[in-house]
Amino acid sequence: MKKLLHTTLAAALLAASTLASAQTLLNASYDVAREFYKDYNTAFVAHYKNTTGKDVKIDQAHGGSSAQARAVNDGLDADVVTMNTTTDIEFLASTGVVAKDWAKKFPNNASPTTSTMLFLTRNGNPKGIKDWDDLTKPGVQVIIVNPKTGGNGRMAYLAAWAYARKKGMNDAGAAEFVAKIFKNVPVLAKGGRDATTIFLQRNIGDVLVTFESEVVSVDREFGEGKVDAIHPSVSIIAENPVAVVERTVAKKGTGELAKAYLNYLYSDEAQEIAAKHALRPRSPALLKKYAATFKPIQLVPVSEYFGSLSEAQKVHFNDGGQFDKIYTVK
Amino acid sequence: MALFSLARSHKAARVLPGFNITLGFTLTYLSLIVLIPLSALVFKTFTLTWPQFWEAVTGPRVMASYKLTFGASLIAALVNVVFGLLVAWVLVRYNFFGKKVVDALVDLPFALPTAVAGISLTALLAGNGWVGQYLEPMGIQLAFNPNGVVIALIFIGLPFVVRTVQPVLEDAEKELEEAATCLGATRWQTFSRVIFPSIAPALLTGFAMAFARAIGEYGSVIFIAGNMPMVSEITPLIIIGKLEQYDYAGATAVAVVMLVISFILLLVINALQAWQRRHTGAPA
Repeated sequence: MKKLLHTTLAAALLAASTLASAQTLLNASYDVAREFYKDYNTAFVAHYKNTTGKDVKIDQAHGGSSAQARAVNDGLDADVVTMNTTTDIEFLASTGVVAKDWAKKFPNNASPTTSTMLFLTRNGNPKGIKDWDDLTKPGVQVIIVNPKTGGNGRMAYLAAWAYARKKGMNDAGAAEFVAKIFKNVPVLAKGGRDATTIFLQRNIGDVLVTFESEVVSVDREFGEGKVDAIHPSVSIIAENPVAVVERTVAKKGTGELAKAYLNYLYSDEAQEIAAKHALRPRSPALLKKYAATFKPIQLVPVSEYFGSLSEAQKVHFNDGGQFDKIYTVK
Repeated sequence: MALFSLARSHKAARVLPGFNITLGFTLTYLSLIVLIPLSALVFKTFTLTWPQFWEAVTGPRVMASYKLTFGASLIAALVNVVFGLLVAWVLVRYNFFGKKVVDALVDLPFALPTAVAGISLTALLAGNGWVGQYLEPMGIQLAFNPNGVVIALIFIGLPFVVRTVQPVLEDAEKELEEAATCLGATRWQTFSRVIFPSIAPALLTGFAMAFARAIGEYGSVIFIAGNMPMVSEITPLIIIGKLEQYDYAGATAVAVVMLVISFILLLVINALQAWQRRHTGAPA
């Protein structure tokens, strides 16, 4: 049904684009990037008009990151995909929808921004939660997204694992450490927003593990001062990768525009917009400027302990993997 | 069942013309709407070898989810049979102020987006909800565990029982009950020997529909279940989980298993109905 809607929407957009003189671009993106891309698109349209004199219209399609990847794979005519997990774009590369070497087409692994996992606690942090090991303590209830259904949860899991390894534990120790955290999880949320709702509206749990970028929207939607953002000593780098959908741009002839659109994400203006939305910019100068939001903590790239996100997926999150063992091995 | 009526209509002179055309239309329509999408599902699983298929559909989390989905659906459908009958009875036999409104309310679970139902039930029953806050001190937890699943499924299944039983109750002759009473039957005898046999087929149909609907339900359950592996994960969530891993074949494999089990169950219920009808001679 949703797919049907997407395709009709895409078809309608395509029809509209042939009528209007302005080129249109469809950006298939993940759910919580809505506000960022709204601001970014305004900036890009103005920039494109200034530099080329051409008008351009950007349309957005938002949904769960991997649901979007599946929609694009099944025929949604997006020109670019902007996701929050590399596995989603790697899937599209494996089916030939985006270039095999997509990660090399743009700087920084084709990820103009990153994010990381941190904690939200109740106002005043009544349980005194400071770091990952506090999440293993008995009596602390932790809200995490189910790694099976959300990239948010996979990142939280990997961040906890990386912390354990940094503290000198081996893989077995890390597995036990992560299992302890998940034993403190009373409800596994389906996705990032679901987790926020459980924590703030249902009032369940002492700490919510979520993306740094989610903190801003929590303050905006639930009012400031309801939660404290706690930065653990170690966390993971979650890249927000982007790619051109070769299948679509070949058909629509929007290759140059798509490239310009993604390239502009690396400009100072775009990076500053990202910073305002709590997405970590790549620019060191901007990171320093917004140091109050982006506290300098030890950030571990996924490659350090897991090879790549796809490999982590195989070992940890696929059926029968390490995550399943937490629940099935007694 | 369809076969019986088909055979009968062949023998009898047809009242309406165009039997062949309408039959052709029915079969084409069913193929387009039901069979082709379902066969696509089955074909997708053929990309798996037998051991892979078996592994996909019998993993411990998957097995636990079958138990929850079919168990909770069964309980919910049974509860709906009892209380749905009660609602239908009241709506048919009594006149009271606001009856039209109550009648319309019954259909609401049909129309409401199931996600809305799930969210409002969760808001109600969670530990800080209107109802949940009084139940939790007593140690009763209705949200974020299998209880929540059953409640959501009761909610979405109710109209199926009410709407199938209602017309049959309306047609039932009150005189029969009066006659039974005159002949000295107790109230219980009147119910169990006179009323129940005439509504049993409709009740079974309502049960089957509520049950089938519950098995496939996703939207409302997902918000209230808590989704803990081995405890409160329903099978449709397992399917979504597999899709999130881009495991299309594994997802369809589980879907096929659900389909087969549901089909067998519905077939059994249909056979039961046919048997029941033959034994009591009650009108369908």
